[in-house]
Amino acid sequence: MDHHLTGQSGSGSCSGSGGGCGSGAPGLDALGEDVRRKVAEHPCYSEGAHHHFARMHAAVAPACNIQCNYCNRKFDCSNESRPGVVSEVLTPDQAVLKTLAVAAAIPQMSVLGIAGPGDPLANPERTFAVFRELAVKAPDLKLCVSTNGLALPEHVEELARLKVDHVTITINCLDPDIGAKIYPWIFWNHRRVRGREAAEILIAQQQKGLEMLVERGILVKVNSVMIPGINDQHLAEVSRHVRAKGAFLHNVMPLIAAPEHGTYFGLTGQRSPSPQELQALQDECAGDMNMMRHCRQCRADAVGLLGEDRSSEFSLAKIAGMEIDHEAALARRVAYRAKIEAEAAEKKARAHAVPPAAKIKQVIALHPRPANGKETAPATSSDAPVTSIALAAATTPSAPPAQPRPALIAVATEGGGIINQHFGHAREFLVYEASAAGVRFIGRRGVDLYCAGEDSCGDDGESKLTKTLRALAGCEVILCSRIGIDPWRALEEAGITPNSERALEPIEEAVLATWQELAASGRLNAPAPQLRRA
Amino acid sequence: MALEIIDSCTSCQACLPLCPNKAIVAAAPHFLIVADLCNECAGDYDDPQCASICPVEGAILDELGRELNPPGSLTGLPPALAALVAAASPSEVVGK
Repeated sequence: MDHHLTGQSGSGSCSGSGGGCGSGAPGLDALGEDVRRKVAEHPCYSEGAHHHFARMHAAVAPACNIQCNYCNRKFDCSNESRPGVVSEVLTPDQAVLKTLAVAAAIPQMSVLGIAGPGDPLANPERTFAVFRELAVKAPDLKLCVSTNGLALPEHVEELARLKVDHVTITINCLDPDIGAKIYPWIFWNHRRVRGREAAEILIAQQQKGLEMLVERGILVKVNSVMIPGINDQHLAEVSRHVRAKGAFLHNVMPLIAAPEHGTYFGLTGQRSPSPQELQALQDECAGDMNMMRHCRQCRADAVGLLGEDRSSEFSLAKIAGMEIDHEAALARRVAYRAKIEAEAAEKKARAHAVPPAAKIKQVIALHPRPANGKETAPATSSDAPVTSIALAAATTPSAPPAQPRPALIAVATEGGGIINQHFGHAREFLVYEASAAGVRFIGRRGVDLYCAGEDSCGDDGESKLTKTLRALAGCEVILCSRIGIDPWRALEEAGITPNSERALEPIEEAVLATWQELAASGRLNAPAPQLRRA
Repeated sequence: MALEIIDSCTSCQACLPLCPNKAIVAAAPHFLIVADLCNECAGDYDDPQCASICPVEGAILDELGRELNPPGSLTGLPPALAALVAAASPSEVVGK
């Protein structure tokens, strides 16, 4: 198929990636109640929310004031769903129209972000025109921007005035020598400034903008693009630093670089990190700070639930013919949110309803410790409450015996927080780590990152199955709703157990139960299998 | 004395608000400079503003037809490779 030169986007908004979505956060509980409330409905910021809420990026900001080496915005490709890449730049009026149409069709819609395709704050009139209009016409929508930070300090007041309460800043470094390898130039005070001097100015503006936003109580997420050999050793320090300044989330994203993207990094052979390298860095940073692991690096005009892009359903031509009752749409959104909130409350109540005695008992059943010190296969109980597992780690006395080791378990889902996707339809998998300490979300693995094309989209003709196996490297089980016999065999040959028996179960409970089965089988007392080349 | 925007312009609008003479027109398929209005920012700025923010190599020419941002000057790529990217039949660029 045709290749298209495309750009990863760049700039801040595009932000390097991550058109400004984020995620994650095993540590959200450590945040204050007000912060938790702010992120609860934000699909980009809250791992829990991204199953239920949708966001839209309005592509009204084509201009950029810096150049990133991972960006070439000259090219667009309808198969690309990457930051900084956009099919259709909208006028502010068109963006408002489109937002209202999407919000009428998708009751999950809760966030309108401006992330590019350039930098929102390099296009302040256009960006703020959209926000002003939507504040009146869809006051329930949250507004957010994703910026490279260069023009941030001068716009903080206006952002606060318009009640923009989420800002993402792409911060790839604190060290200007590293910055000089990422940013060839910036436009500053009517001059094109290059090299180290440019990086120094950009870094200073980013840090100043971060401080100003935090002072005003505006939530700040930091995006970083992990570039092996350039900033990969530096990002843990970035994480500590921005956390200390009050950023609430840090989203480390992998560099997207291929020659056909036409970017400096793509054309000079700069490699992307492997999923394992990314996870290792995210784990390192998570020691200090909430990490966002479900970011899908959406393109700047992405529409929908994270991981699905429905923008083609809402092209200008299509929305022109839509008749919309905006009040009814608003009511539907409000009702939807109330329903999700009620479900969440019910789930929480269930989790807390398990009497403590039952939990302790379950711990004992799970971790028998024979006198010889060797672990026997733990018993499992199908009605074991989820919370009991977490308790096991906390209540096991010191000098614990060898416990069943943690395992990575992949999930195919179309959203809704349940296992509901056919293996063959999955373009990405959610990966969880299950252990005696509980279940935690590790990240998403794309099958063929950023291309929705044919089974083999690339000169190497690599099959989708091969890519899928590579994406699943390190996982021991894949949970899906259904799976064909050929991929089943291929997975087994690769040492990954396919499992469709937990179709329609809630993800975390199914992952935990699967881990318990693995533990019961004794498989987790042996070391993790060597990664095999898929 | 006037600059010219040529067809490699992506219409990203970055130059539009910067021109002190309002000489840039948001035309389709790409932006244009009204030659009579453009004085290359003489008297206002040290450098022509449009050419100082333009992200596309080769998109702005001086009155002698010389590129203000020649291949490689913005991307840092070797000029020959940069020229190839600019010329842009994407499949030609993908050297595997």
